[in-house]
Amino acid sequence: MKKVWERIAGSALLPFLSFLLAFFISGFFIAFSDANVLKTVGHPGKFITTALSTVGNAYLALFQGSIFDPNLTAGHGFMRGFYPLSETIVTATPLILTGLAVALAFQSGLFNIGAQGQFIFGAIGASYVGFHFTFSPVLHVALALIAGVVCAALYGGLVGLLKARTGAHEVIVTIMLNYIAGFFILWILKTTTFLRPRRIDPIAPDVKPSAQLPHLAGADFRLHAGILIALVAAYFVWWILNRTTIGFQFRAVGANASAARTAGISVSRVTISTMALCGALAGLGGAVHVLGSQYALTADIGGSFGFDAITVALLGRAKPFGTVLAALLFGALRTGGRTMQSNTTTPLDIVLVIQALIVLFIASPTLVRFIFKVKNLKTNAAMTAKGWNG
Amino acid sequence: MVFSNTQKRQLRLIAVVLLLLVVELWEFGFAKASSNKTTFGFLLGKEWVIIHEWVIQSTTGSKIFSGIGILAAVLGIFLVRSNKSPLPGTAIAGFSLLMSFLCWAANGKFIPMTGLLQGSLMLAVPLIFGSMSGLLCERSGVINIAIEGQLLAGAFASGVIASLTHKTTWGLLVAPLAGALISLLLATFAIKFSVDQVILGFVLNVLVIGLTDFLYKKLLIPYSSTWNTGPSFARLEIPILGKLPIVGPIFFNQTIIVYLMYAIVALISFSLFKTKWGLRTRAIGEHPEAADSVGIDVNKLRFRNVILAGLVSGLGGAYFTVGSVGSFSKEMTAGAGFIALAALIFGKWTPMGAVTAGLLFGFADNLSGTLSIIGVSIPSEFMLMVPYIATIIAVSGLVGRVRAPAADGVPYSRGSH
Amino acid sequence: MSLELNAITKSFGALIANDGINLAVNDGEIHAILGENGAGKSTLMNIVYGLLQPDSGEIKVDGKVVTINEPSDALAVGIGMVHQHFMLIPVFTVLENIVLGHENTSKVGKLKLHEARERLMKIANEFGFEIDPDAYVENLPVGVQQRVEILKALVYEAKVLILDEPTAVLTPQETDELIEVMKRLRAQGTSIIFISHKLREVKAVADRITVIRRGKVVATAQPSASQEELAALMVGRPVNLMPDKNPPKVGAPILVVKDLEILDPSGRALVSDVDFEVCAGEVLAIAGVQGNGQSELAEAMVNLQSHVRGSITVGGVEIVGKSVHESLHEGIAFVPESRELNGLIGSFSIAENLILDTHREAPYTKGFALSPKAVAIRGEEQAKEFDIRYQSIQDPVSSLSGGNKQKVVVARELSRPVKLVVASQPTRGLDVGSIEFVHERILAERDAGRAVLLFSTELDEVVALADRIAVMYAGKILAIVDATVSREELGLLMAGVKK
Repeated sequence: MKKVWERIAGSALLPFLSFLLAFFISGFFIAFSDANVLKTVGHPGKFITTALSTVGNAYLALFQGSIFDPNLTAGHGFMRGFYPLSETIVTATPLILTGLAVALAFQSGLFNIGAQGQFIFGAIGASYVGFHFTFSPVLHVALALIAGVVCAALYGGLVGLLKARTGAHEVIVTIMLNYIAGFFILWILKTTTFLRPRRIDPIAPDVKPSAQLPHLAGADFRLHAGILIALVAAYFVWWILNRTTIGFQFRAVGANASAARTAGISVSRVTISTMALCGALAGLGGAVHVLGSQYALTADIGGSFGFDAITVALLGRAKPFGTVLAALLFGALRTGGRTMQSNTTTPLDIVLVIQALIVLFIASPTLVRFIFKVKNLKTNAAMTAKGWNG
Repeated sequence: MVFSNTQKRQLRLIAVVLLLLVVELWEFGFAKASSNKTTFGFLLGKEWVIIHEWVIQSTTGSKIFSGIGILAAVLGIFLVRSNKSPLPGTAIAGFSLLMSFLCWAANGKFIPMTGLLQGSLMLAVPLIFGSMSGLLCERSGVINIAIEGQLLAGAFASGVIASLTHKTTWGLLVAPLAGALISLLLATFAIKFSVDQVILGFVLNVLVIGLTDFLYKKLLIPYSSTWNTGPSFARLEIPILGKLPIVGPIFFNQTIIVYLMYAIVALISFSLFKTKWGLRTRAIGEHPEAADSVGIDVNKLRFRNVILAGLVSGLGGAYFTVGSVGSFSKEMTAGAGFIALAALIFGKWTPMGAVTAGLLFGFADNLSGTLSIIGVSIPSEFMLMVPYIATIIAVSGLVGRVRAPAADGVPYSRGSH
Repeated sequence: MSLELNAITKSFGALIANDGINLAVNDGEIHAILGENGAGKSTLMNIVYGLLQPDSGEIKVDGKVVTINEPSDALAVGIGMVHQHFMLIPVFTVLENIVLGHENTSKVGKLKLHEARERLMKIANEFGFEIDPDAYVENLPVGVQQRVEILKALVYEAKVLILDEPTAVLTPQETDELIEVMKRLRAQGTSIIFISHKLREVKAVADRITVIRRGKVVATAQPSASQEELAALMVGRPVNLMPDKNPPKVGAPILVVKDLEILDPSGRALVSDVDFEVCAGEVLAIAGVQGNGQSELAEAMVNLQSHVRGSITVGGVEIVGKSVHESLHEGIAFVPESRELNGLIGSFSIAENLILDTHREAPYTKGFALSPKAVAIRGEEQAKEFDIRYQSIQDPVSSLSGGNKQKVVVARELSRPVKLVVASQPTRGLDVGSIEFVHERILAERDAGRAVLLFSTELDEVVALADRIAVMYAGKILAIVDATVSREELGLLMAGVKK
């Protein structure tokens, strides 16, 4: 038991220290871009207190906005204070799924930058089945999810197919496919099939109530069943990787493709199935996002879920449960960031900076080791460098 | 007759072009015949006039150009068969393909050809700067996905500084430094800490986007009169050259940043293949152990080149602000860095290839804009997809196998091999 | 120029690669450094050449202490090195490779190549090397590439030339030519450090021999010493250079290869017109200099090559066109050329590596599900049978020594029902103890009635194990001869000369 705990502590240390550093550095950005702080530059004492309180307020708002906000309890009861937590989970749900799409690819030695495009195709598929057809509630949800998953699996599988057949590097192909998906959704939302009647801005009709994911905590909270789907998906990915033959092959190809090939494992089959599965996961994310919280397909439905997914997977060290935790954390930052933006003078976008810094530090353990003088930081094999040709 | 693989690829490409030409001839020349006229305009400003505009009956134009194109494609096939480069044939065929399409697409409308090309160059400028930055990095063996971040940092810094100082020159001077700062991070983490360069570049992009968005909201919007009302460079017509018909307004009536781009492209193309620095740079990108064994400090040169690359793309970033509109807007580079990466790859990691690809991508972008402005009924989204689809085709080896420098993206340390 | 190394020590973690090494190379001497794989020869030479820094010790050139922190320092004091893996840039021309690191430029920075070209041609002529300065290195044969490497050192006036395992890629005749070149260099006053584990060559060319074992100098010998004496010094115990071999009991043909052709992706033939048979109970060795199509031929046996025409049958079943998995399960054991690159997955556990090929089968897999427990149990059984030394079966295989790694590969491949053993360079880079183990195992498989196809560039290994020898040259099998054939004849065949 003690060993397990040590292992968890060991693998959490680097993310934790990276977190600390990222918040510390971002604090400087917050302080030095604040007009009130800058006014006090001449008076060191006042400067420090103003700076600290500005940063403190920002981070406090970040916390309140992501987990529990006592201001919301007035007149609505104590539980209402957890509204931000519900929002955090709602934001984190698609992130978990897209994060898994990136993490799984890392395990097979592939860098899936394409979760963004796959997410968009998942959203398109789910939206179409959701608003166009009518079925009984459970069936409708299932079919809409399947439609999203299939569209995205094909879009992801295309990357695998190109890589397996022609050797085209998946990073380049997925970057390009993200843009293509972005233009595709712009176009499809102009077509009569998708454009909501009597609208000219790019928006599709709402999915029918029968296709919407049920709420989990009553109508006051947006928390929906998507999180359960995401958690099951995370367990599924863990099971695939560690307890199945295909997962063994995924990891074998990821760790040494030519040895795997020599031992009779088909690398092309693994590449194609990995990318299709990654596409499916990201597409599930898109589908859940549409069916659970957005209901209507819009041109910017993808937001930055696909890109955040990469930071999530890196923070989660490409492990399924690490990815879940990382997604919840980034979901919290996102949600809290919105409160921070409205309650203080600090814009939401500092969250992006924090995210980028965390991943930057996690990717360079040598630096963190040097700063904190700690030894034995566990590093991540998925993040060691490979070239275009490898 | 036995063809080499290159020749097979060339023939395949010509076959595709030929097929498209035949389809065009049928569709535009016969099936969808239109009695409208298409007008091509060639005059933009005060350049010397050779031809003012050219009017042609849409169907006739399509027929003529498809016909010329088909002949050129056949010429290309003969050139391949006699073991020569089919370039003259394919170039004419490609041009005719486009013209035949324009004759049809713009029937009853006016296409400002010179303006279209001038606009294409302007859209290509950041792509070319970006691809030169990528070239400097990747030829030395460091993958640069952070081009987008470098461009954005350059744009932000130049816009803000020009606004604060009311001087375009200051904006121009600061932009390369901002790009170099991002490069400094790239170089430090990639070379010193051996971080995966794709991940690293990606993260740097997020960092720059986050920071500029943050500062934009926090400073540039609330205090826009001081922080975000930068001046911009006026066009500078080069005497005589600028007066040349067609060519003049396209190439020689531009801002100073575009002229700097010409100089940088020329310098890099020359230096990479003809100087000591170029020889060493190519060596460390291909086989760093070999370079090390003859006393070249691989990581130092890589570091230097990555910084140099940041200077170049940072300068390219200035084009977005002081080079055109003056003020900065959120995420204004809009993916140009990634298209620049695509151009680099499409151009097979060579300076001239990257420039050509950058121009082509700029043209595709501008054409889609022009066509939608004059009201042509092709969804502009599909035109905008062209650079991305072209890049996927390029890396898939359908046009020609592209090969990155052998050691690209692999950190070098002694004894690791 | 003389070179003296005093008490050079270098360790990597717990491993002491060089332990107080003293070495003196006299002016105009060919000094051989003999030691088995992993003895510390390359580490020592990398220290001399400035690629590694010693923990302690000093280097003297002509009696004066020098500091060599960088290859440029070594070049500056007149030390040149021809590396085992050539330090040439394939996409550069010969001249560009020569110039690299020593460029002359005009005032505007343009490269000036004509002086270097003249110098190169002058020195090439002195040594009778025919070389096209404008040829791209990637298009040159290996032997010529080596000459470019030597020229690179000579152009910059190396007075001490280190040759690191230079004969590994050469035919016996090319080796003889290299020996001639070395003697000519010595006559002109160049000192040569010749690194090798091949006793015959060392005896043929060296003036003095320093023997290194486990990072220490154990003896300085004269070339007149016998091969047995030198081998015993190198290994630390008497070594049987020729393993005992029972007379073969040849059975029916197991492997039949007909009209085989292997193409590269651009359609060029790498291997063509290959026909041979291997019978049960015999070892057929494919000999030849590296790069003559053996690697591709070996891979084609289990369909690791993608453009193959012709026929390969194992026990009457056609292999060509099958997947790698199917080929292996037709009864082929395949020991790949590089255990690090192709044989093992370094980050996987020993147990996982032992089932890399059979993970789909019971008891490891039921339906889709894989049982880590069954994998571990079977792993321990196999490890015991093949004498693999490990701490935990769950340790990553990369933590094992080279010999134990190869045992993992051999154990895995021989644990399936096997009719044919294909072993490609099975002892490359191993210490003598492990080599003996692998050789015994190969002969045991032969004696148990399996067909063995052995690919080896080591002539000694070929002669020791084979019943028949097929010599490959330029992608073709030039001849199949009896194992009693003379070395000279083998050498000529390896150089493509057929009587």
